[in-house]
Amino acid sequence: MSFITRGFGGRSRERDDRLPPGQTLVHDFPVLSAGPTPEVDTAEWEFTIRTESGSQSWNWDEFMALDIDEVSTDIHCVTHWSKLGTSWRGVSLDTLFEHVETEYDYVMAHSYGGYTTNVPLDELLDGKAWVAFEFDGEPLDPEHGGPARLLVPHLYFWKSAKWVRGLEMMPSDEPGFWEQNGYHIHGDPWKEERYW
Amino acid sequence: MTHLDGNSLAGPLSEFFAFDVTVAVAKCEGCGSIAELARAMVYSSDAGSVVRCDSCGQVLMTLVESEDRAWIRFTGMGAIEVARTPTAG
Repeated sequence: MSFITRGFGGRSRERDDRLPPGQTLVHDFPVLSAGPTPEVDTAEWEFTIRTESGSQSWNWDEFMALDIDEVSTDIHCVTHWSKLGTSWRGVSLDTLFEHVETEYDYVMAHSYGGYTTNVPLDELLDGKAWVAFEFDGEPLDPEHGGPARLLVPHLYFWKSAKWVRGLEMMPSDEPGFWEQNGYHIHGDPWKEERYW
Repeated sequence: MTHLDGNSLAGPLSEFFAFDVTVAVAKCEGCGSIAELARAMVYSSDAGSVVRCDSCGQVLMTLVESEDRAWIRFTGMGAIEVARTPTAG
């Protein structure tokens, strides 16, 4: 019988505790996409939260005037790569939802280009998610979702919708793009919720 | 992100279908364009392949593969037309 014991042997051979099961550390930033890269000018960019009773929108200048967080976090892609200690700047979803009243518990994120992904509202609040517009001190590159992407680092990275343009509140959990096509409706990397 | 044409589907889909998918003809439910799947635009990454209409860009089908399973969804196309070889009768 073989088993793994933590705390014995050289540190360099230990698995990093920050890596979820089945993940491999990378130092580059692979690009995954389901279609052409939308080119969205910040002059035309708008972010909208739609609820059962109405909507709240911010243009780029209004968005930049909100409280901005510096975020250092690990990210985990369902295609088995993880990147540790990434640096972002963005607006917390807590800040955005201060302006929003809703009874609904589920969210569909919508992106420029048509991509969608679903996340329960309670997994976007309490410091767990941002709309990020800078990575590593630079404006977010379009191929990584610029001008702004959702950042939900505790879930697999397909939930961190690139080119995000808004959130739609929903009364029940509905699958987004990849979730309709084979990927898990929730996507917790620590539980390896990769596929249906 | 760059894309390939539908001929790139031949290899991955030959595992699942007995006919050559690339010469099958499908109608895009977005714009009504009727074309061989070889003409479609295929966006492939480690996450999966997304096949889009070359006329309007709508998603026609998706292919997601894990080590032991695959998910194939005909999202935006209706019937698939497959050529038959007439048998001598």
